[in-house]
Amino acid sequence: MATFHFDLVSPEKIAFSGEVDQVDVPGEQGDFGVLAGHAPFVATLRPGILTVTTGGTQQKIIVLGGLAEISEKGLTILADVATSLKELDQTAFAAEISGMEAKLNEKQGNELDRAIERLDHFKTIQQQLNTTALH
Amino acid sequence: MASLKDMRVRIASTKATQKITKAMQMVAASKLRRAQMAAEAARPYAEKMDAVISNIAAASAGSPASSKLLAGTGRDQVHLLLVCTGERGLSGAFNSSIVRLARERALALMNQGKEVKFFCVGRKGYEQLRRQFEKQIIAHVDLRSVRQIGFVNAEEIAKQVISRFDAGEFDVCTLFYSRFKSVIAQIPTAQQIIPLVVEAPAANAAPVALYEYEPEEDEILSALLPRNVGVQIFRALLENNASFYGAQMSAMDNATRNAGEMIRKQTLVYNRTRQAMITKELIEIISGAEAV
Repeated sequence: MATFHFDLVSPEKIAFSGEVDQVDVPGEQGDFGVLAGHAPFVATLRPGILTVTTGGTQQKIIVLGGLAEISEKGLTILADVATSLKELDQTAFAAEISGMEAKLNEKQGNELDRAIERLDHFKTIQQQLNTTALH
Repeated sequence: MASLKDMRVRIASTKATQKITKAMQMVAASKLRRAQMAAEAARPYAEKMDAVISNIAAASAGSPASSKLLAGTGRDQVHLLLVCTGERGLSGAFNSSIVRLARERALALMNQGKEVKFFCVGRKGYEQLRRQFEKQIIAHVDLRSVRQIGFVNAEEIAKQVISRFDAGEFDVCTLFYSRFKSVIAQIPTAQQIIPLVVEAPAANAAPVALYEYEPEEDEILSALLPRNVGVQIFRALLENNASFYGAQMSAMDNATRNAGEMIRKQTLVYNRTRQAMITKELIEIISGAEAV
């Protein structure tokens, strides 16, 4: 299977860099998979789980929003925050969710909508974590 | 003339100072390594961000909807100088060289009849600029309590800058910081961040790939540009941090060497005086014995 180059960078570090077979990306307007030879494409990301497939093994990385750029050079993801599943502190994550819930009452209008949307994304991640982390 | 005891006390105190500067140098050296790694880790993100923005900006250039952060307000009457300095001194000319660059720029702009405002990040720059431009400093952020600079800190500053920009408080924003070149060379740098200067693609560069966008270009760009301001500030803060420790390390190295030199001179004078005194006492004893 043809491979392509994938860089995952966050402001603080390079979270992943290397040749991969496939990357499944949580796009803001729907998930999409990237294989070698993908057409040039730019998309924003929602908070979600990124799946990197390399030679049959899968690696899951949590990204909290960002931007994906696909060119002939490969896939580059500029993530706001990128944490691999192993490094994630589940209790801190849960605390962040409850913190966001507590702040909801303060917000109004558009901002409220956006906060709810973000919270939903976070909850989805948590749910996925709870169902898949045991495997 | 100082007595022998006074001299001994002075030498001891110089030695104590030397120990302190030596310790500070070693602390700075170890912190420098970490700061340098952080600065280097942040570079790829900022570079990719630049590349993506210039790609998209080139594709959507000229469209009337393009963001003010990219196109500017169409004026350059009011300038905001975002001056990032360290929180502490004892680092040679590190803080003053950044401030000097900012001050020169400010005076040049004011001579051209422009209005200049300051936004200070870091205590030292604030203290130095306050003397001359007290009324023009519109905000001041202190990062003293921050142990490790995270992206959150930079984002906070970026938010303040952007909200002021949206409120029409200034037209052009320039970032001042010290670029870390090496341990002995830190270069004070001015970088315009609003409106963003997009490098024109090189003439021989491959034609810009035709991207598909999801959502639309303008939407991506309007999400990306404010973020880029944060990224640039973050990079400046990290570079600054590395430069600070580099400057402190070489300043403390100098101080240690100077203290060593001083100890050598003081010890020489001390020994001479001591020997002179012994000789004098001997002469007194001998001439006393002869007289008997």
